[in-house]
Amino acid sequence: MLGFMYSVIRRDLLLVMRHPAEMVNPLVFFVLVIALFPMGVSPEASLLSQTAAGVVWVAALLATLLSLDILFKADYADGSLEQLLLTSHPAWALVIAKVIVHWLVSGLPLVIMSPLVATMLFLPADAIPTLLLGLLIGTPTLSLFGAVGAALVTGVKSGGMLISLLVLPLYIPVLLFGTGAVAAAVLGMPVGGYMAYLGAMLVFALMVTPWAAATALKVGQMQG
Amino acid sequence: MPSTMPDILLQALDLACERDERMLFKGLNLTVKAGEIWHIKGPNGAGKTSLLRQIAGLLPIFQGNVSFPLDQSILYIGHKSAIKDQLSANENLAWLTALGVPSDENQRYRALEKVGLRGYEETMSAQLSAGQRRRVALARLHLNAAPLWLLDEPLTAMDKQGIADEQAWFADHLKQGGAIVLTSHQDLDIPGVQILDLHAAMETASC
Repeated sequence: MLGFMYSVIRRDLLLVMRHPAEMVNPLVFFVLVIALFPMGVSPEASLLSQTAAGVVWVAALLATLLSLDILFKADYADGSLEQLLLTSHPAWALVIAKVIVHWLVSGLPLVIMSPLVATMLFLPADAIPTLLLGLLIGTPTLSLFGAVGAALVTGVKSGGMLISLLVLPLYIPVLLFGTGAVAAAVLGMPVGGYMAYLGAMLVFALMVTPWAAATALKVGQMQG
Repeated sequence: MPSTMPDILLQALDLACERDERMLFKGLNLTVKAGEIWHIKGPNGAGKTSLLRQIAGLLPIFQGNVSFPLDQSILYIGHKSAIKDQLSANENLAWLTALGVPSDENQRYRALEKVGLRGYEETMSAQLSAGQRRRVALARLHLNAAPLWLLDEPLTAMDKQGIADEQAWFADHLKQGGAIVLTSHQDLDIPGVQILDLHAAMETASC
């Protein structure tokens, strides 16, 4: 089964490398939103530093949301998905492999860029490790919840909007605790509680979403 | 005495299929033994693909059941060939075989040579013609030990020579004790081919 997951991950990373636009798109969106925000609102440092955490988190969330549509779509369209589901390996292993690739491609680059863009928004340097850690725990959760939405709409022609509707409510708690942690760090308060909640959500997502997305994929395939 | 009887690889009993509230077929029985090739015929929309997908487990079964007495592995090649544009022929075969029994590069090169794609091993699939892409998908026939093949329209997009070659591969597989169920609009030139006409089956059922 690990061999199966490895081969799916290898294949998908190879596909991304051949088609790097898919990887760059969410990142460009993320950086653009954050770069445009001070121009639209106000370049004043005191105002920006207050809103920095929220802006970074919202941009990360929307960038993830934008990249979800392609998670299973290409595999569904060219018949790869039915081959992947016909194997003797469990479908949740396929979901986990796809989510790992999705996070490596769309989540991890955002996490790596976040200290830079946070500095651009005058976020106090003390709070940056908290932002980084929060995103590091939070973005895999976003990818996992997103996989359920993407799996549910695989057979639907224009499912992009539908994914947002399905997934956004699940993203709100991650957003609240993620920004809450940074706000606490700015005030010099302990952030352990926030991180524990983010971690708990990641564990919950890891337990529930691969199974849910696998079921949704199978049902979607049966309709097609 | 029992040892001389060919093994039953697939048994479908009283199978029915309904798509969009239309009954495509019902009361369908099919027994596929080792060494047999079944050609599913019928006009467009008769349910040929649906029947294959039901057997493969890709469509729900409304009525009846499908069983595999030997619990053997199956190779299903659908109408959508699962070939990725951005991967070469060799890379496509690598991931497709890794789903079952992984293959090494020598085996894949040999399989591609058998399907007439020598020299195209590292060509991106986006640059291959429809028939060549079909051949990449069919190279899986030479890399897979599954005794039962379910092939949806394996002859489309193939040239004359390709169709003749393909039927020779089918005959080889049958000789080795395998079995094949396929759909096609063309007549097959293989001795002993059994025909299941969905259109005719439906007519007699409704009388």
